[in-house]
Amino acid sequence: MKISYDRDLCQGHNRCYLLAPELFDVDDDGYAVLLVPGEVPADSEEKAKLAADNCPEYAITLIE
Amino acid sequence: MANNSPVSDWKTDFDHTVADWAQNAPEIWAEFREECPVAHTDRFGGCWFPAIHEDISEIAHDTEHFTSRSVIVNDWGPMGEAPVGGAPPITSDPPFHQMARKILLPAFSPKAVAQLEPTTRETCRELISDLLETAAANGGRADAATGYAQHIPVRIIAKMLGLPESDGDTFRGFIHRIMETPGQAEIAEDDVLLDSYLETTVTNRRENPGGNDLISYLLDVEVDGEPLTDEHIGGTIALLIIAGIDTTWSAIGASLWHLAQNPDDLRRLRSEPDLMPFAVEEFLRFYAPVTMARSVSQDITIKNAEMKVDDWVLLPFPSANRDEEAFDAADEFLLDRKQNRHAAFGLGIHRCLGSNLARMELRIALEEWVNAIDRMELESSDPDSVRWSTGQVRGPRELPLIISGSMEPNP
Repeated sequence: MKISYDRDLCQGHNRCYLLAPELFDVDDDGYAVLLVPGEVPADSEEKAKLAADNCPEYAITLIE
Repeated sequence: MANNSPVSDWKTDFDHTVADWAQNAPEIWAEFREECPVAHTDRFGGCWFPAIHEDISEIAHDTEHFTSRSVIVNDWGPMGEAPVGGAPPITSDPPFHQMARKILLPAFSPKAVAQLEPTTRETCRELISDLLETAAANGGRADAATGYAQHIPVRIIAKMLGLPESDGDTFRGFIHRIMETPGQAEIAEDDVLLDSYLETTVTNRRENPGGNDLISYLLDVEVDGEPLTDEHIGGTIALLIIAGIDTTWSAIGASLWHLAQNPDDLRRLRSEPDLMPFAVEEFLRFYAPVTMARSVSQDITIKNAEMKVDDWVLLPFPSANRDEEAFDAADEFLLDRKQNRHAAFGLGIHRCLGSNLARMELRIALEEWVNAIDRMELESSDPDSVRWSTGQVRGPRELPLIISGSMEPNP
């Protein structure tokens, strides 16, 4: 599984950072920063799904 | 002119500033979603109410046909001047909006807000302790809106702005006049008016510079080597005072109203604290307090609505959050809802600047409440004993409960 994150769609809701801090950080302005551009570790896949499922702007998608 | 005649039919003559609307809003929105889906009223000079998620999202993301220059629907029509508006950045359009927002974003990032958590927790504990004393002396009776929810955001925003907590009543006066009854409230002789409060505040702060607070920051900050204009500074302070208070107070109050009627959820939150992050988002979805507004800047047709320049358009995010097309079991409150793309903080470039602060305040307010309160129920079974605010921010303004509990010692 890989995460695709679209910075242009992100509005800084910060849902991903709250749900999956091992996968997303936030910059000083509060926009998401993807920490894991490559393969998501198996034990973080659940968190990645939560991050994608809760982004109000559909800025996060998962590539299985 | 203001039209104060009784509402004949919500779908064609709605008025969101009257008590009947506030007491029954979720049912009215459901009817709109089913039957309109864009409702209209001739009141306020003409105002649309798109009720489904798809249309609300489209309008929130469309800054070409819709302007934010005026965001509180009132009888005088959209008043602010684009692209700045009266309270930047909420009333601003691109590209000015981006600059006005960027200077504020760092102060409201999740990491900045986390530093306010201990103060918030202490505030909540003090308030609950006082409320339990009140209840003990009054047969268990206490008002969770006036005795708890309304004080939390006031104290935190006062601290961020470097203003005295004792100005809380003044802030609530602004909110009542500007938000709940726009243009309708009688102004009493001793009411402090927002403009004069802002002027005094800015003058005082200029005479006492160097504070570590947001107002001092706004007076110092430069964009491209230029300080902000006085209008920009005053408008932004007004925004921070007004937008951060009744909104969060409404979310906390509505969450407590829910818990008073759903004791299983109260017990579950106490026994399964890991659910809290999901519960907070579900409270925000189900009881989203804020409806924003735009006005039309270029004619556009949305579903059944032919929108014309200067028409008002409400953006009822609370109705979007209950749309069956956007959420599974939208009409059910699920404490552990795992997929929840709610729009309580809006969508698009105007996403609530203070969302991290609001979310933190709501979470701490609930954590402290469920840890201390064993038993809570509504004092009366009469729905009208709980008074919901009118206007674009909806939450219980009076919430009489019967409570009992005890404070745990500080961890």
